[in-house]
Amino acid sequence: MKASRLMGAFAAGVAALALMASAADAKTFRWSVAGDANTMDPHSQNAGPTTLVLRQIYEPLVARGKNAEVTPRLATEWRQVDPTTWRFTLRRGVSFHNGNPFNADDVVFSIRRSLAPTSQYSIFTDTIQEARKVDDLTVDIVTKVPDPVLIDKLTSLFMMDEEWSKQNNVELPQDFRNRQETFAVRNTNGTGPFFLHERVVDQRTVLRRFANYHSQIESNITEAIFRPITADATRVSALRSGDLDFILDPPVQTVEQLKRESGLRVLEGPENRNIFIGMDQGSPELQYSNIKGRNPFQDVRVRRAVSLAIDVEAIRARTMRGLAVPSASFIPVGTRGWIEEIARKPRPVNREQARQLLTEAGYAQGFEVTMDCSNNRYINDDEICQAVAAMLAQIGIRVQLNIQPFAQFLPKIQRNDTSMFLLGWGVPTFDALYSFQSLVHTRTTGSFGLWNHARISNPQMDALIQQMIVELDPAKRNQVIGQALRLFDEQVMYVMLHEQVIPWAMRANVTAVHTINNQLELQWTVVN
Amino acid sequence: MTSQTAAPAGPTALQRFFDSDIWWSFRRNPVAIGAAVVTLLTFLGAGFAPWIAPHNPYDLASLNLMDAGRAPYWLDETWQPGDPRFWLGTDDQGRDILSTILYGARVSLLVGFLAVVFAMSLGILLGLAAGFFGGKVDAFIMRIADVMLSFPAILVALLIDGVFRVSLPSDMHQEIAVYVLVLAIGFSSWVNYGRTVRGSTLVEKSKEYVQAARVIGIHPAKIMLRHILPNVMGPVLVIATINLATAILTEATLSFLGVGVPPTQPSLGTLIRVGNDFLFSGEWWMTLFPGAALVIMVLAVNLLGDWLRDALNPKLR
Repeated sequence: MKASRLMGAFAAGVAALALMASAADAKTFRWSVAGDANTMDPHSQNAGPTTLVLRQIYEPLVARGKNAEVTPRLATEWRQVDPTTWRFTLRRGVSFHNGNPFNADDVVFSIRRSLAPTSQYSIFTDTIQEARKVDDLTVDIVTKVPDPVLIDKLTSLFMMDEEWSKQNNVELPQDFRNRQETFAVRNTNGTGPFFLHERVVDQRTVLRRFANYHSQIESNITEAIFRPITADATRVSALRSGDLDFILDPPVQTVEQLKRESGLRVLEGPENRNIFIGMDQGSPELQYSNIKGRNPFQDVRVRRAVSLAIDVEAIRARTMRGLAVPSASFIPVGTRGWIEEIARKPRPVNREQARQLLTEAGYAQGFEVTMDCSNNRYINDDEICQAVAAMLAQIGIRVQLNIQPFAQFLPKIQRNDTSMFLLGWGVPTFDALYSFQSLVHTRTTGSFGLWNHARISNPQMDALIQQMIVELDPAKRNQVIGQALRLFDEQVMYVMLHEQVIPWAMRANVTAVHTINNQLELQWTVVN
Repeated sequence: MTSQTAAPAGPTALQRFFDSDIWWSFRRNPVAIGAAVVTLLTFLGAGFAPWIAPHNPYDLASLNLMDAGRAPYWLDETWQPGDPRFWLGTDDQGRDILSTILYGARVSLLVGFLAVVFAMSLGILLGLAAGFFGGKVDAFIMRIADVMLSFPAILVALLIDGVFRVSLPSDMHQEIAVYVLVLAIGFSSWVNYGRTVRGSTLVEKSKEYVQAARVIGIHPAKIMLRHILPNVMGPVLVIATINLATAILTEATLSFLGVGVPPTQPSLGTLIRVGNDFLFSGEWWMTLFPGAALVIMVLAVNLLGDWLRDALNPKLR
């Protein structure tokens, strides 16, 4: 009796010692951005802040490496069997966070789930005819037509557990537009190096290291606490005072200061993301304007006037403090099909000509319009909007600003409840099609025009986009993209502002890998 | 002087004022004179902002982004050297700080005044009713007051603002933001008036002139407003002066937290919040000057209120 009690005490002591030892090398990583991920459902919202958190938890078949190259992840090998069939060999011994094994059924399920109407991820899978299980660890993906960018696209598709999804009744992605709540919105079950330990929306998201992760990773982080902080000054103070280890989006005006501070480090690099202004060109009458019975933005002269009035150089120098590259091109640098001569053409401000164009279009007195803006998504997004409003006021376009956090802004523009808006667009596939198909193609079904809240509909453009989908010869395809870029520019479908240059700020003892898609990978992040 | 010649028969209102204890105490109190001068200057500056401000910060067409972030004109070592056109420098959009302060003080004072008037009216009405009728009415009103007193005013204001925010569409919210603030701040501060008025009413109620008025059958409403009210106004005015400073501060706090007036018609609180984002980058003038303006304004009004309280307190004479 006594002996066993003694043994018990001894065992408890050993356990306590072991716990203390593990606590000693436990590394907690506290990081922050301005806005929270808007859901934990991996196929609902294709937005940067959301994938930033989800990519630590969920994994795609193939992933981007440190230089944005395609690398194996849940699939170890893939090869083209015939022009429309790709065969993937899956990694052996992968398990989800709940212990379920990862296999071919999960791949088939995830692809099917991503094609549901409530998914924003069909942009990555909509050329897929079917995914076929060959055996437990082999999957054939058959496309409707030969798809030149399928592998690029699959780097953005997260894999879910079929069994878990069925158990929890989340076989369909969350209907975000109607603010649906499902189990997958607050709970996760991925294969990634970290699992979701705790989530309090807008407060904190705590990730912990997954002990049975399938591969060796560089990171020594055992717990990552993600805490969105909207107020810029507060976020920077938290980093400087040591309450945070990393911020993805320090306000640009503080970057110089942070660089000088010992104990902090700033990593700077380009992001393949454009910032631009969308104008409703589809409605017969603008929802938010004093002009009734017609829509000024349907007239290309008005759109050109807007473009002529905006001083992108002033925005670069003052609002962005130099951390931007003015770009007239619809697609950012580094994207397949990018043309320097379009992107970097000089854009002098010409208010005279802008006013002239407005007069010709029948708006000599200008007009009023409301512009929707987020204030915690892109670098200085609300400041850019204020600057744009002031610049447009000089040619008589009186812009009322409706500035809201991204979480309110996004559903509003997704309901097409907007006349004008500021948006940023990154290109995870590094291919022009992704942007054209989402933002410019006439809204039809699936991912075609899914983000076309400017309600652009141009048959000539749609034909070019269809060509981009089927053209396999790279040279010819680039020509098609070039034609589309010129048509876009001619028609001023969106008013392009700049490409973001992204500074990341962190404590000096943190090493991170700066990526062109502005997404931190915790598995490459080390706390010394 | 003119009034003296115009009415030689007896002392005029102005003359009576100059002969009064209040004026005497004012003249002997340099702090009060200083506070009054500063208060007057801020009121004039805010009131006549459109005429005296060097720029109109609301006129978007007059802004030039290339002027953004200019330092005050006597500094030139920063990345945007000072410019004599902008005495106190410019903000991140190129707006003149001096002009935004003048226009911002206008919004702050407007909200403060309206909130005080609202709180005062509500407090007097409920206080009179509670004191005059007594009994259940008194108990009911005073228990509500006790409950409200147990919450910090800022919390009550936040709650009211939040309710409005949720129940109204966002584009409408911008237009009525000022009135929502007035309601929120007013509701959160009527208790001070209510309790004071109730106390004074209880005292006055038992005096003979009220009894007499009652006996000859004058309507209770008339007794309250015509006979009791003028006798309880003294302390109410003192509270109002001090409350003005509090209301301006509450408004600034709410705007600083981002739930006050929208950035398109900034108050001092909004200016401080916007400027706060630039503090770390060394552009201190964007937040320091509006902050200093707020401190000076509130301090002056507070000192004036303090003096008024002492001057009207017979025990301190």
